[in-house]
Amino acid sequence: MSMITKLLLIVSLLVSPALLASGGGENLDSVYINLADKGSLRRGAHTFVNYCLSCHAASYMRYERMAADLEIDTPTLVENLMFVADKPGELMTINMASEDAKVWFGVVPPDLSLTARSRGPDWIYTYLRSFYRDESTPTGWNNTLFPSVAMPHVLYEWQGMREAHFDESHGVSEFSGFEQIVSGEMSEAAYDEAISDLTNFMDYLAEPAKLVRYRIGFWVMGFMLVFIGLTYALKKEYWRDIH
Amino acid sequence: MADNINNGRRRLLTTVTTSVGLVGAGALAVPLVASMKPSARARAAGAPVEVDITDLAPGQMKVVEWRGKPVWILRRDETMLLELASIVGDLSDPDSAVVEQQPVYARNAHRSIRPDVLVVLGVCTHLGCAPSKNFDKGVASGLGDDWVGGFFCPCHGSKFDLSGRVYKNVPAPTNLEVPPHTYVSDNRIVIGIDQEETAA
Amino acid sequence: MSLLNWIDDRFPLTKVWQEHMAQYYAPKNFNIWYYFGSLALVMLVLQIVTGIVLTMHYKPDADLAFASVEYIMRDVPAGWFIRYLHGVGSSMFFLMVYLHMFRAMLYGSHRNPRELIWLLGMVIYVALMAEAFFGYLLPWGNMSYWGAQVIVSLFGAIPWIGEPLAEWIRGDFVISDATLNRFFAFHVILLPLLLALLVYLHIVALHKVGSNNPDGIEIKKNKDKDGIPVDGIPFHPYYTVKDTFGVAVFMTVFLGIVFFVPELGGWFLEKDNFAPADILQTPPEIVPLWYLTPYYSILRAVTFEWLPGGAKLWGVIAMGAAIVMFFFLPWLDRAKVRSIRYRGWMYKTMLMLFAVNFVMLGYLGTVNPGHVNLIWFKNVTWAQIGLVIYFAFFFLMPIYTKLDRNKPEPDRVR
Repeated sequence: MSMITKLLLIVSLLVSPALLASGGGENLDSVYINLADKGSLRRGAHTFVNYCLSCHAASYMRYERMAADLEIDTPTLVENLMFVADKPGELMTINMASEDAKVWFGVVPPDLSLTARSRGPDWIYTYLRSFYRDESTPTGWNNTLFPSVAMPHVLYEWQGMREAHFDESHGVSEFSGFEQIVSGEMSEAAYDEAISDLTNFMDYLAEPAKLVRYRIGFWVMGFMLVFIGLTYALKKEYWRDIH
Repeated sequence: MADNINNGRRRLLTTVTTSVGLVGAGALAVPLVASMKPSARARAAGAPVEVDITDLAPGQMKVVEWRGKPVWILRRDETMLLELASIVGDLSDPDSAVVEQQPVYARNAHRSIRPDVLVVLGVCTHLGCAPSKNFDKGVASGLGDDWVGGFFCPCHGSKFDLSGRVYKNVPAPTNLEVPPHTYVSDNRIVIGIDQEETAA
Repeated sequence: MSLLNWIDDRFPLTKVWQEHMAQYYAPKNFNIWYYFGSLALVMLVLQIVTGIVLTMHYKPDADLAFASVEYIMRDVPAGWFIRYLHGVGSSMFFLMVYLHMFRAMLYGSHRNPRELIWLLGMVIYVALMAEAFFGYLLPWGNMSYWGAQVIVSLFGAIPWIGEPLAEWIRGDFVISDATLNRFFAFHVILLPLLLALLVYLHIVALHKVGSNNPDGIEIKKNKDKDGIPVDGIPFHPYYTVKDTFGVAVFMTVFLGIVFFVPELGGWFLEKDNFAPADILQTPPEIVPLWYLTPYYSILRAVTFEWLPGGAKLWGVIAMGAAIVMFFFLPWLDRAKVRSIRYRGWMYKTMLMLFAVNFVMLGYLGTVNPGHVNLIWFKNVTWAQIGLVIYFAFFFLMPIYTKLDRNKPEPDRVR
């Protein structure tokens, strides 16, 4: 292999770890995303529709698309997952006007359709498990990942109430841990699993095509390898003429 | 510079590779072409429409929209139903012989599932204008003293009876179109789904 | 009479086929570096085709654009696939172009008598960067918005005419719906037409002179009794067949990315762009896509406020000069041999250094200048070193190419 090719390989090898490392200086807990687990996605959808959809829209997703992908039949969809829409073909919008939202919360709750792509699933998973009681905020809640967030801890009944402890010893205030003050309906493990399901669902929500993308891609790669073989044989055959 | 054996192999390889290549190119073209089909948004906008006719009194008409077109729902009263037979001689297609204009369950004199309730697209079969209803009888209607009630298209003068059947000697060629529809209960009609089908 | 004869009587079809394919003699020693020109052409066609389909569904309106992209991703049948083809495609297009340009610098394809091919190629490169810049605003994501804001405001740095110029480009006082609409017009029709014309001219210029080759020698100097270069082979079937193999390998890599990692960890589709444009919220780092980052790096490397006019102005000048330097390459290169195979150690070293430096500058364009991501120095310091190396490659070239002890070129290709 020529010197130039060697050089390029070295450069790309040196550079790729830096390139592919995830950015962001935050300490995020990892969540295991498994879009093949339809049960998890369904549980996540249930949580999402019942707890999030009142304030946050998912206005790029249609109910019937979600039902088809998650294998939920239409009667179940209409009964359990459609509160403000008439038809399954509609988009998952909310009825809260943005001017009202601004007055009540100070900010319009963002649309959640793409959050798993703009912030990442780990961020969502960590965020929903980082709320704590803070009497100094308008809602009485704060969040270690998103300080002074305008959102209250919607799922506090599940997780219970926690306080956050900060270590002031080195001049800077450093978070040192949570303390449970009121227990919730779920154990920590159960809550984590519920949030994992919700995050799993939100990852699906951000890109429904991911369900088919890998599957089709596998076949495409198979075809392309065959095609490479054929074109190589063809090239070799003709180039026997040369030299 | 190539001998015969080589030429045969070359032809074979070229043919096979080209064919596989064309299959690949076709496979790439399929999504590009498919993307022009109606999207989920278009399909959602064209979804079936449910209508409640509980408070539709005899002689009254309701208008709803389905797939961007007006749908007339008329609850015909006794007189209207009786008239349907009397004007058969003036109609182009009294027996709904042109099958494209209505589903099989509307191929009858009243062109509907229930004799009293007419469900029809309010689009003139001439050039697509929206005809007006005219349920007055005789001279009062302004359409002649033998007018028993029906629909009149202001664009070019086509006339349809109370089953949407087209009169003779008017520009419109066929009866008004009856959309697929079904009764999900005594007073609820879903327009866009055929009677035999279960939910779409 | 056959159909072909009927056409040939009215249109130079067979003549063009013979002149440019069946009897166009290309050197027989093309290596892997010679795939990238045809692959760049494949990408141009693919971007145009996928672009046309996207335009059927995309809405160039500030209130509708972001949603229309999600409409394509979710509601349009196979829309996600077309979007990924186009987005990944833009990065692959640049990769092919950069490798194609590097080939030229390796083998001296920029030199006499091919200076015009090189110049046309450089204009294509600049047009492509403009095309990518205009295209990136269209999704109206937060990075789209702020990236455009930063780059257009650079024009404001030009003395006297700067601010009115920036306003004229934007059509407004800030990046807005007016800007989006005109960038759409530039991206969808103006630049594609220009690119198609330029690529045509580029190939016409190439065919007039004939291709260079890895040994850098002129095959036309050695012809047989029929006037055919002894080291030449007809482009068709030999290079049509070889390039098809190249396309097969390339498409496998390309489709692999499209189906499995279309975002490529944020390098091909930036995370911040999955949030809609927000005039109140700037992303923590405003970074263009990787293929523009070397120049972004040079722009940010100029931090010397004591310069007359200020650092911002000189940063813009440096960035512009960095691109303009390429245009002078055919005349800066004074060596008596073309190909790196026969050059002395100076050009070899400088070219390798330039390539590594270009990649480093590219990387530095993606990170915060104040941090330390490499070793010892802050990123901005490395970028300043990179800037010096970059310009030294060009400014010192007349000297080191003259001084270089080159090897004798062969008569025939190896």
